Amino acid sequence: MITKALKQGLTFAVIMSFLVGCSSSSTQDEDMSSATSTAPAPTETVNEVVEQELESIVYFDFDQATLKPQTRALLLAHADRLKSSNSSARLEGHADERGSREYNIALGERRANAVRDFLVLQGVSASSLEVVSYGEERPLANGSDESSYAQNRRVEVKY
Amino acid sequence: MKNYLLFLVLFVSSFTQAQLTIEISRGADNPTRIAVVPMGTTGGPLAEDISAIISDDLEFSGQFAAIPRTDMLSFPKTEAEVFYRDWSVLKTEYLLIGNVEERAGRYYATYQLFDVLGQRKALPKLSVDGTEAQLRDMAHHISDKVYETITGIRGIFSTKLIYVEAFQQNGANDKYRLMLSDVDGARSRLLLETQAPLMSPVWSPDGRRVAYVSFESTRPAVYVQEIATGRREQVTNFTGLNGAPSWSPDGQKLALVLSKDGNPEIYTLSLITRQLTRLTNHFGIDTEPAWTADGNAIMFTSNRGGRPQIYQVNVATSQVERVTFEGEQNTRGRVSPDGKNLVMVHQRNGTYHLATQDLKTGNLRILTETDLDESPTIAPNGAMLMYATRFGGKGILAAVSLDARTRVRLPSKQGDVREPAWSPFF
Repeated sequence: MITKALKQGLTFAVIMSFLVGCSSSSTQDEDMSSATSTAPAPTETVNEVVEQELESIVYFDFDQATLKPQTRALLLAHADRLKSSNSSARLEGHADERGSREYNIALGERRANAVRDFLVLQGVSASSLEVVSYGEERPLANGSDESSYAQNRRVEVKY
Repeated sequence: MKNYLLFLVLFVSSFTQAQLTIEISRGADNPTRIAVVPMGTTGGPLAEDISAIISDDLEFSGQFAAIPRTDMLSFPKTEAEVFYRDWSVLKTEYLLIGNVEERAGRYYATYQLFDVLGQRKALPKLSVDGTEAQLRDMAHHISDKVYETITGIRGIFSTKLIYVEAFQQNGANDKYRLMLSDVDGARSRLLLETQAPLMSPVWSPDGRRVAYVSFESTRPAVYVQEIATGRREQVTNFTGLNGAPSWSPDGQKLALVLSKDGNPEIYTLSLITRQLTRLTNHFGIDTEPAWTADGNAIMFTSNRGGRPQIYQVNVATSQVERVTFEGEQNTRGRVSPDGKNLVMVHQRNGTYHLATQDLKTGNLRILTETDLDESPTIAPNGAMLMYATRFGGKGILAAVSLDARTRVRLPSKQGDVREPAWSPFF
């Protein structure tokens, strides 16, 4: 149907224009942990580079709390920021909904601890880092599919 | 029974409309057919339909099929009015009749149970009384009596549920409620409302208190709350995790999970002396403690072997042994009141089911078909269990009999319902 194709075309155009405005992050595990800038690109100047937001989320595999190698660059950037600005951060660990709630609380904490341990190894003072786990209680994505699960297995760095 | 009715009157009565409704999704293969004749009344209609509550109770157990009123050929109110043929024609096995009389603001119910096949009384004429607010309790009392007479098992119709109701709108407007209701979902009332997650409610063995985990202080902590008064106390405040409380059978201790020593381990905390005792010592995740009925050991979930499985630690010796071996993982173990079975969340082929394992033979049996089943809680008579699952995009409670033959759903009209805890007998 022509109408349907037009609708799809318009939807596609809207999505594309949205993507042009900010950098995209794919939902594949490997790409999620890469450091990407989220500042609006067109008006960026040399002064604004200093104010850029770091990606604040690292992702994990199912029932795993080990950091993925791709996470390293992003966490090094956070370590630098923490050391240079002498600020503190809260590491919030999360899990997807599979498995029991209390086990997922423990898993979330384990993930946040993994991030904390890495940052401390880079010279960040342990006392400037707070670790909290929300287990499966605060999902980013509400679906019961692998794509949603992958988004929820995460640690968020909050300043 | 009288003590319990008195206890109930002390509750702050802020009953809301029933938030959980019951849908039977599968009954037993050969349910006992029972006719519960509408109660005779002296005045006008009562505030509660006692006979309907009794029929619903018996059907909730999955072991009974109630004859619909529209099928009944007569409505006897006394033994003299009972014509057995009216009931054998409907293939009824048991007949319950009764009357309710109101005198000076108090209600007096009498009831009689007949064995239709044997054409004789199964129970002599019995009575129960209470205030208008206790009509439902009187009905449940009669259900318990009928159930126990016919099955030989103690009825659970006068027991209660505590559960968590969550309204999640991703952050700012999240609301969590700790709710108490009758086991059929009626008369739900609010115990606690927070804006941060609530989880793991557990009844004390005497039914007077509930322990739970709340994130209201921005970190998870264990609280104990007195149900009648609402008075509460935060009992842990350690760094790291504070979670998964479980009451000892004598009600004097809580087993719980703390990660203050580096990783989640099982501890016991005396509520009398406040002494903390560490039971496990392994770098893996140890969580979800559950005392055995004799109080000598604590079941717990651990991933020390790779994936989570259920282990048992002896309270006196701290000796640990593994209990579950089948499936990809087993978590959230709960021991049945008779100590014979372990109910758990079992994962096999990527799907989560409830399963029960015979602790003597090690034999495992799957109980449920629905996916993402979690948080099983066992009825105090050991015959049924309630659990949380998802249905129609929402979190709901469901119940299954321990022989896996009957299934019931309890959807909520409002938020996502989860984490049920079945009360003890009162």
